[in-house]
Amino acid sequence: MLKYLILFGMFGLALLLLPVTQADEGPDLGPNLGKEATPEQIATWDISIAPDGEGLPNGSGTAIEGKVVYAISCLSCHGREGSGSLNNRLVGGHGSMSGSTPIKTVGSYWPYATTVFDYIRRAMPYNLSGTLTNEETYAVTAYLLFLNGIIDEDEIMDAQTLPQVQMPNRGNFVLAYPDNPDP
Amino acid sequence: MDNSESDSSALQAVAGNGLLHRRIFLTRGAALLGATGLGLLTPKLATAQTLPELSNVPGAALSEYGTRSVFEDSVKRNNILSYPGTTGSGGSWTPLESLEGIITPSALHFERHHSGIPAINPDTHQLLIHGLVKRPLLFSMDALCRYPMVSRIQFIECSGNSRVGWAPEPVQKSSGGLHGLLSCSEWTGVPLSILLDEAGVDPKANWILAEGADSAAMTRSVPLAKAMDDTLIAVYQNGEKLRPSNGYPIRLFLPGYEGNASVKWLRRIKVTAGPTMTRDETAEYTDTRPDGSSLMFTFPMEVKSIITAPSLGRPMQGAGLYEISGLAWSGAGKIARVDVSVDGGRTWGQAALSEPVLDKAFTRFRAAWRWNGGPAIIMSRAIDESGAVQPSREQFIASKGLKRDYHYNAIQNWKVAPNGKVSNVYA
Ligand code: HEC
Repeated sequence: MLKYLILFGMFGLALLLLPVTQADEGPDLGPNLGKEATPEQIATWDISIAPDGEGLPNGSGTAIEGKVVYAISCLSCHGREGSGSLNNRLVGGHGSMSGSTPIKTVGSYWPYATTVFDYIRRAMPYNLSGTLTNEETYAVTAYLLFLNGIIDEDEIMDAQTLPQVQMPNRGNFVLAYPDNPDP
Repeated sequence: MDNSESDSSALQAVAGNGLLHRRIFLTRGAALLGATGLGLLTPKLATAQTLPELSNVPGAALSEYGTRSVFEDSVKRNNILSYPGTTGSGGSWTPLESLEGIITPSALHFERHHSGIPAINPDTHQLLIHGLVKRPLLFSMDALCRYPMVSRIQFIECSGNSRVGWAPEPVQKSSGGLHGLLSCSEWTGVPLSILLDEAGVDPKANWILAEGADSAAMTRSVPLAKAMDDTLIAVYQNGEKLRPSNGYPIRLFLPGYEGNASVKWLRRIKVTAGPTMTRDETAEYTDTRPDGSSLMFTFPMEVKSIITAPSLGRPMQGAGLYEISGLAWSGAGKIARVDVSVDGGRTWGQAALSEPVLDKAFTRFRAAWRWNGGPAIIMSRAIDESGAVQPSREQFIASKGLKRDYHYNAIQNWKVAPNGKVSNVYA
């Protein structure tokens, strides 16, 4: 690289700029074989939702609608009203964290309501993940929040309201990165 | 033997109940071990007077892809446990008690999946890097394989490994059954920093989000500093392409970090300002303290060691000279020292560390023990280069409490009974 610059340096500044511009687009370490992704491509791939709600799609739903979604798509594995059966209990356990046997559910443990939407959309229903519509996902998220006593049955969950939901255990999480307070 | 004096000093006791000086391994090595009859649990050679049969007929044919001896078929992953109603979601444990050295055969590498093993065609699979970058980039697998690669021997451990140590009564399982969510391989891949540099990371970025292409779309946030440091996009494991159960065609590999964060079947990396707070870094893989608060992002796996022989299922075969063999590792770096006790922790002697001793890798340690046939409790304690010391179970529970599910690294004790049987004990 140095040689290259010196060589071109003899021909003046204009030529010298050439390698500098290239370096700006991508360093010399790698062969630069990535193809630039288009906004449309990114939009279809990017399904993650940040705690501030970034990434939440259009659409909305309430617990009343979510009850129907739950009965069809979730009840067989998670039991009546999220009480747990074959798989995880999703409701209850509030206040159990400080006791000797914590019961960790969406209501008693999860710090962010956005995570509920994100997880259900990416991973549930377990045997057919990614098949719920955004409306159905908002609705069933609202239903789980309602069953946990966090929102009202008719409260509309959408990209604006969901990130505002205060999860009861939110204040009990401590970041252990970069410094673990409890090594 | 040319010098009987040095032989006897090599067999000098360094701690109570017959633990011998590690010099036995350093000075004379195998020759002395052979001469002194050391050799744990290797069945005594039959004193056959005739040559074995079958040597006068040609053996089996050449083959395209090898298999192990049929006599080794009993060495299997165990504890296979999937969530109720599922077959591919849960874990399988590496049979550590049946392995030696520091490399885990790929076919015996532990598994921990959240929605089964996807069958991914590398010709159609791509990796997207986007978010807080100048140029979002898509990489085909062919393109990725043209990047400069590095190879490293490093362990990976599920942060839920050894969690049975919290059980009120000691669980009676083999080394692998207790601690086998743990393996060590040679990983070869592209440093993630090269790809991130090509995409051009925005100064506002502090984290990345990694997402898998399994049906759970497993997602974890990782500090950008780690991504730019020693993180690999791993393509090869022990010389061949990754196994499907290890993320084929590509996985993230975060040396020393809890296994779950090394996302398999990697399809997307989003560069972000803060952590995304996915389910598997909030609802799971968080550590609940005695007061009910919980730590998130406890990434590094702490210093730890286990004795794999003797161990439950690998009993002693009468009084005599034995080799104690085990594994030590730490997410903080190299293993500096391993101590072994054969008298329940009253006295300790230093074990010999078998080369190579590598950063964030298994280190095989060995100690010589003249067992007098009496009851004994044996244990190992590792110390890493950062100075961290593996705690006793008592110390560990006193400081961490009983409500955690992850990052259990306390010392584990094996009790040897006079009949040679080995069991897991707490005291
Ligand atoms: C076929 C069974 C099955 C069905 C149907 C199903 N789930 Fe699940 N669910 C699971 C399993 C198994 C897990 C555990 C996955 C894991 O731990 O990786 C789980 C985990 C969850 C969790 C996380 C629980 C926790 O505390 O970490 C939530 C929330 C959830 N499911 C919601 C739903 C919703 C909502 C539906 C319906 C849209 C649904 N599930 C349908 C099997 C199922």
